[in-house]
Amino acid sequence: MKNISLIKEYSKGVWKNNPIFVQVLGMCPTLAVTVSAINGIAMALATTFVLLFSSILISLIRKIIPAQVRIASYILIIATFVTIVDLVMKAQFPELSKALGPYIPLIVVNCIILGRQEAFSSKNGVFRSALDALGMGTGFLIALFILGSIREILGARTLLGFQIMPNMFEPWLIMILPAGAFLTLGLLMAYLNSFAIKKKQNEKASLISNYKLTKSNISNREEI
Amino acid sequence: MSETISIINPKLEIARSPHVHSKWSTKQAMWLVIIALIPTIISSLLFFGISQFSIIATSVCFAMLTEAIIKNVRKQPISIDDGSVIITGILLALILPPNFSLVSTAIGAVVAVGIGKEVFGGLGFNIFNPALVGRAFLQAAFPVSITTWTEPSFTDAVSSATPLSLMKFDNKFESINNLLVGNVGGSLGETSAIAILIGAIFLLATGVINYRVPLAMILSAVIFGGIFWLIDPLHFPNPLFHLLAGGFLLGAIFMATDWVTSPLYSKGMWIYGIAISILVILIRLFGGLPEGVMYSILLLNGFVPLINKYTKPQIFGEGK
Repeated sequence: MKNISLIKEYSKGVWKNNPIFVQVLGMCPTLAVTVSAINGIAMALATTFVLLFSSILISLIRKIIPAQVRIASYILIIATFVTIVDLVMKAQFPELSKALGPYIPLIVVNCIILGRQEAFSSKNGVFRSALDALGMGTGFLIALFILGSIREILGARTLLGFQIMPNMFEPWLIMILPAGAFLTLGLLMAYLNSFAIKKKQNEKASLISNYKLTKSNISNREEI
Repeated sequence: MSETISIINPKLEIARSPHVHSKWSTKQAMWLVIIALIPTIISSLLFFGISQFSIIATSVCFAMLTEAIIKNVRKQPISIDDGSVIITGILLALILPPNFSLVSTAIGAVVAVGIGKEVFGGLGFNIFNPALVGRAFLQAAFPVSITTWTEPSFTDAVSSATPLSLMKFDNKFESINNLLVGNVGGSLGETSAIAILIGAIFLLATGVINYRVPLAMILSAVIFGGIFWLIDPLHFPNPLFHLLAGGFLLGAIFMATDWVTSPLYSKGMWIYGIAISILVILIRLFGGLPEGVMYSILLLNGFVPLINKYTKPQIFGEGK
C-alpha cells in the first residue's frame, strides 16, 4: 500500500477507479441532478468538499474510533460537513440549492464517501487520504460534467446556459427526463468499457506470446 | 464464436436458442413479413399521400446504416440481407404520425436498431421489440410532434385527432366503416384495418406467425372491452372499436408476434396476448394516454423470460 506513488494515489480516482464509470457508486445524485452541466458541477464540488474534509478528519482519528461503531462515527462526521455545505449553498447560491433540492442533504448517504472512508482513509495517513479524496472528487466531477453536458446539449440546446445548438435543432426532451440519464450513462459506460476490454485482451495476448517464447527457449535449451 | 466452432467441425452450426423447428429460415421468414407489410404500406401512401414514402425510406435507410456501422465496429458479419432490420425500419415508420420530421425519424431508427437491438447483441438477443423501442424513445423525446396527427387527405395536411383521442377527450366514436377502411387520423400504418388483415392472413397462411398471440389479444380485448361496454355503452366504446382503432391490429399481428420477443410455449403465448390486451384496454379507458398498445407490448416483452420460465412444458418421461 505504502509504495504506491502519491501521483497514482490521486490519479487512480480520476480514471482507473473512476467512482461513476468503474465503481458505479453514487448513482442517485449522478442520475438525478445531471439535467444540466452546472448542476453536475455544483453537485460534484459539494461532494468533493464533504469527501475531502471527512477523509482528513477520519484519517486523523482513525486509531481512536472503535471498530464496532465506525460506520456510525463516519456518518456523523460526514453529516457535519454536509450540513455545512447545505447551509452555505442555501445562503450563497439559493437558486442552485433549489435546483439540487434534496440531493445535497442526501450526500450523507452517498456511497462514494462512505466507501472511501471504509476502504481508504480508515487505513491510511492524512496526506494520502486527502489525495485519494481529491482524486475521487475529480473523477466524480469529470463524470458528472460529461453526463450533464451531453444531457443539456441534447435536451435543452445549451451548455452551461449558453445556447450552442442551432434553433433548427429540436431538443430531445427525453434527455432531461430520468430515462435520458440512464441511456446516456449506459452508453458512456459501454464506450469506456470497450477500452478496458481491449486493454485486457492485449495484455492477455502479450502474456500468451511471452509464455510461448519462454517455452520455446526452454525446449531449445533442452535440445542443445 | 461461430468461427472457432467452424474450425473444429465445419458442419456444426451453433445458433442462439430457441431452436424452433420451422419450414422457413430466418431470412425467408423475414422477407415474408416484409411482403405481408406491403398492403399496409400501400394503404398508408393512399391515405396520407405519396410523400409519406420519404418517412418509410428514411427509417429503413437509417436502420440499415446503423446496423451496418455497428456490425462493422464489432467486427461481426454484416447481416442486413436477413431482412430483420428492414422490418424494424418499416414498422417504425408505420407507427409514426404522417408528415413526421425526417430528422426525428432518422433519430428514431438509429435508436431502434442501436439501443433496441444491437446493444443486446443483435438479432435474437434483444429483449424489447426494436421498432417499439424507437417509437417509445421518440414519444419521450418529441412528445409534441409525435402527437400531431394530420387528417388523411390527398390535398393539404389538416391536423386532426385520432379516433382514440376523440373517444378519450371528447367522448365521440368514429364509425366502424371508416376504421375498417382506414380513412381516419392516426399513425401511417395503423389506420387501415383491412390492409393489416390481408397481411395477417398471408402470415398465418404461410405459417410465419403463430395464431395464438393475435387470437388471445383479440379475444381478450373483445371480452374485456365488452364488459365495460355492457356496463356503460354511452361512455365506453364497443369492443369492435377497440379492435379497429389505433394500433391494436398492427401491434397484434406484426409486433406482439415478433419471434424474438414473444413467449416460446403455447400456454405462455395465451398469457402474453391476454395480458397485453387487458393493459391496452385499461390504458385506453382509464390511463392518461389515448393509446397504450406500444407500452403494453413493451411491458410484456419484459415479462417474456418469466413467462417462458413458468410455462415450460414438461418433457416426456420427466418425473414430477
